[in-house]
Formats: sequence, structure tokens, C-alpha cells
Amino acid sequence: MSETRSETLVEFDDVLTRYEPVIGLETHVELGTESKMFCGCATTFGAEPNTQTCPVCLGLPGSLPVANAAAVESTIRIGLALGCRIASWSRFARKNYFYPDIPKGFQTSQYDEPLCTAGHLDVEVDGETYRVEIERVHLEEDTGKNLHVGGATGRIHGADHSLVDFNRAGIPLVEIVTRPVAGAGAKAPEVARAYVTELREIIQALGASDVRMEQGSLRCDVNTSLAPIGSLEWGTRTETKNVNSLRSVERSVRYEMRRQAAVLDAGGRVVQETRHFHEDTGSTSSGRSKEEATDYRYFPEPDLVPLAPDAEWIEKLAAGLPELPAARRRRLQEEWGLSATELTWLVNAGALGLVEQTVAAGATPADARKWWLGELARRANDAGVELADLAVTPAQVAELTALVAEGTINDKLARQALDGVLAGEGDPRAVVEARGLAVMGESDELVAAVEAAIAGAPDVVEKVRGGKVQALGALVGAVMKTTRGQADAATVRRMLEERVR
Amino acid sequence: MSTESTPDRGATPALGRQDIAHLARLARLAVTDEELDRFAGQLGAVLDAVAQVQRADAGDVAPTTHAVPLTNVLRPDVATPSLPRDVVLAGAPAAEDDRFRVPRILGEEE
Ligand SMILES: [Zn+2]
Repeated sequence: MSETRSETLVEFDDVLTRYEPVIGLETHVELGTESKMFCGCATTFGAEPNTQTCPVCLGLPGSLPVANAAAVESTIRIGLALGCRIASWSRFARKNYFYPDIPKGFQTSQYDEPLCTAGHLDVEVDGETYRVEIERVHLEEDTGKNLHVGGATGRIHGADHSLVDFNRAGIPLVEIVTRPVAGAGAKAPEVARAYVTELREIIQALGASDVRMEQGSLRCDVNTSLAPIGSLEWGTRTETKNVNSLRSVERSVRYEMRRQAAVLDAGGRVVQETRHFHEDTGSTSSGRSKEEATDYRYFPEPDLVPLAPDAEWIEKLAAGLPELPAARRRRLQEEWGLSATELTWLVNAGALGLVEQTVAAGATPADARKWWLGELARRANDAGVELADLAVTPAQVAELTALVAEGTINDKLARQALDGVLAGEGDPRAVVEARGLAVMGESDELVAAVEAAIAGAPDVVEKVRGGKVQALGALVGAVMKTTRGQADAATVRRMLEERVR
Repeated sequence: MSTESTPDRGATPALGRQDIAHLARLARLAVTDEELDRFAGQLGAVLDAVAQVQRADAGDVAPTTHAVPLTNVLRPDVATPSLPRDVVLAGAPAAEDDRFRVPRILGEEE
């Protein structure tokens, strides 16, 4: 049950003077297949409740499951991308328990014969590499969704009854389990986050899932324990659920380290239990105590025959793997001549792919970076959206840089052209034309503006003639102002120089 | 599920009242005190009968889970029509807001 009193916490830096954290992550990824794991029901997110169900995924008597080939292949591909050994013999198993969101009374999962074992994923935090060992990658099915009615805010506590939607029941789910990660010390929370971030990138690159944490297609259980420094034994771990963002992964480890340290400092014992993460407060609260594996009474699924991927099948899948994120980052860093820090900025801004596509559309890497990390990052930030969700394509950004490079527009006009693109007025060249944004040539209007600026500031003209060349900037500014930024600054400067000298 | 060979293969661990109570809880069955004793005896007899299989010398035989030697039976990832919702919910003991209505769930958080 939820705890109302606030927990005693130890300062984070203080925790590390006495304890070594050990973390572990169980990540569930809903695969982006067209149909469910064991039946042909569609998997469309957000469909009307209970419109994507059939006798198989409702667990009706007499129905028989048949495994989805694409889901099996996606699981093997994820395993290969994580450097796993792919089992030559693998079976499904029934995990028996009662909960209203599993219609069959068991979840079809894998137990002692998972598809993939013994992999690893290297993640980088502050320039240091941490190896996260992968224990197993297995394939199972998702559960339905409960809606609790009658209690406050749809929570189970105090609910009168629950309503169940089985659209999600039976959607293929891949579970990726790490081995315990020790030795990260103060960096443990960030290593946890970096791991999930990198895993998400890999699965995205594989096209196996849309991995959207906010929609629940990537879900994370975070295990944390503390051991006194120098101790040979690991402490009791807690498993934090409901961790729904990358930031929450980091915060949940941080919170559990501080809470468990306080329990241990007071001479108490950490209880092995499931805890729930609360996004609003960044804290965790006690949930149910954990079942023993034996309570699930696993046994091999008699309705599904074993999977026995042969070497030829695995090799074919391995050959079809795309370039993985780490290799791609290394390649782009080299191609674009970036420092490690510059690369990190691009990655953290979510701009790597966008810059890559902009360069592919003809922009220079420097121009593409300047736009995405500058003006476009600002616009995205103002609008509260991700860079990728801005209503401008990499090809349009490349066109903007081309228009600047050819002298048709300057940077200021380019920003106005971008306004038009974002407002849905078309491609940059069309916007420039429609809005009349092209820079002024040496027109009568510009000559008049230049001459007016000179006539209006005789003191500045004196300074320039007296050798203070930088004073010319004030005159350039005046001309740009009268022409509302439509003039080309270099042209204006040249025209002024001709007339003042 | 262990396949290792042990000297006391024929032996069956006796089922106690506590085992029965635990299994009943996992199966969500309400069992009276009197039934605990009766089921312990009955289930013990069932286990003894099954245990005869363990007397066979099967040390180098892999456990059989499928009678048919088939592997990799897969279906292509193609969506097929689901059941109409009114048909689905017609089989539910109770329905509300196009969903299955179930009693509230006790003893667990979200
Ligand atoms: Zn179905």
C-alpha cells in the first residue's frame, strides 16, 4: 500500500561514502508487428476497447495459438544486435498467475529456454565506457489494460471495480534482462539511463518497435541494491516499476539508493519488494511483495512447438542488420570532424539523424548543425515539442542553407522563410518568392537608403574617414534597418565603403 | 523439471497442509481446514501414482513435451479480422463502457 509519510533519505554523495550500488534492468518492448503474437488480431494503438480480440487472445476454450514469424525474427535480431548467443532450441512456457488482465490464467512467456542469452551493451557516461552484460532476451505476450473505477484518479486503491480492455493482450513483448551491474558508483543512476537510451536507439534502428515510453511500448523495471563498501555480498534488491521516462530511470535509482542507505544506516533490513515510482515527486513507494518464481509454476507450453533457429536462418538475419547506433555515431563523428563533446550535443538534442538527412539533402555538415542546434532547437523549445516533430523536413532545411549560400537570402531572411515553412506555406524557395524575401540587389531603393544613412550621420562618416573603420558598422545597421533586413549586409558594406572613402 | 539423476527417484515428498493451503491460494480456491487434510491425502496418492514413472531408467532421455517432432511452426505477420465487440462482451459475466467488468483487485497496487 502507498506510504503517506515521507521517507528518510541520505544525501546522495553521502550514500557513496559507505555503500556501493548494484543495478539491474528488465526492459519490456512491445514489438511493432501488424498482428498479435499468437493470433491474427491487429495491434493498432488507441483502437476502441475490445475491438482487437479473438478466441485465442481471449483465452477461450479450444483456441490454439500459432507464433508470429515476424516477432520471432525481431527477437533474434535484437539478440544479435546485443551480441547474444541465439539458442538452437527454445521453447515457450506458461507463467501461471491470476490477474484480470491475463484472460488465460497464464502468460505465455519463456522460462529456462529463452531465444537469446549472454550478450552485452556498452554505454558511455561522461567519456567513460561501462559494459552492461545481458543475461537473456526472451519473447512473451503483453497483458490487457485495467481501468480502475470508483477510486480516486483511477488508481486501484479504493476502486470499486475494474474494467478490462484486451486489445493489448497478446501483443508480442520482448523482455531484455541485464545481469547485475556493479562498480558504477556515483554514476550508477546515469549508467541505468544511458543503458535504456542506447537500447531504445538500437531497437529503433532495427525497426522492431516504435519504443515510445510515454505510450508504454517500452517499459522499464529498475532493480537497485546497496552493499557496504568492501562487502563481498550484494544487498537485498528492490524492483521499481512504473518508470515511464528516461529521466525517471535515473531518478528512481538515485531515490532508491538514498532510501535504502537510510534504512541500512538505521540498522534495518531492505525488504525485497516491488516499488512504484511516482513521476510527480520522484519517489518510490512500497507495492506488493515479490512472488517466488516457483509460485508461477512454469511449464513448457504444450500448444506451441519449440523454436529451433538453424544457422542459416540466424546468418540471414545477422546479414540483414542495419548499421547500429554506436557504429553510426563513430562514422558520422569522423565524417563531420566533430569533437566528442560536439557529438554528444547532437545526440542529446536528438538531432543526429536530422543533421544526417539534411547533409544527405545537400547541406554542409556545419550549416546543418548550425540550423538544427540553433534556430530550430529554439523553435522546438518554444513550442515544447521534439526537434523531429517540427513541421520542417531535413530537405527543407537543406534548401534554406542553399538559398543563403547562393546569396538569395541572408540569415535574417532565412529565419522569416522558416516562419513560412513552419506555417505550412510550402518549401523555402516558394516561401521566399511568395513573401518577397529575396535580398535587394544594388537597386535605386538600396542606393537611396545608403545615401540617406551617410547623410544622416556625418559624425560617423568623419570617424571612418579618420581611420576608425569599425564605425562603419553603425551605418550598415542603419541601412539594414531602413530596408527591414532585406538587404545583403556584405553588399551594403561595400556600397558604403565606396561612398565614404 | 530437473533431469538430473538422483538415487531416490521413486520417492515422493509428502504433501502437507501448508503445501495445500499455498497451492489453494495460488489457484484462488477457498479451502476449509477439513478439506486441507482430505486434499493432502488425496493429492499425495495422486503424486505417488505418477511417481511410478520416475522408477523407469530414463537418465539419458530428454523430457518429452510434444508428441509430434515439429519445430518452427510459424504464421506470417498478417492481421486478420477480430471478433465483433458485442460478440466478445456477450460472453463476459459483466460489461461496462465496452470493457469487461471485474471485481476490484485486492492486495495489489496499480
Ligand atoms: Zn486475437
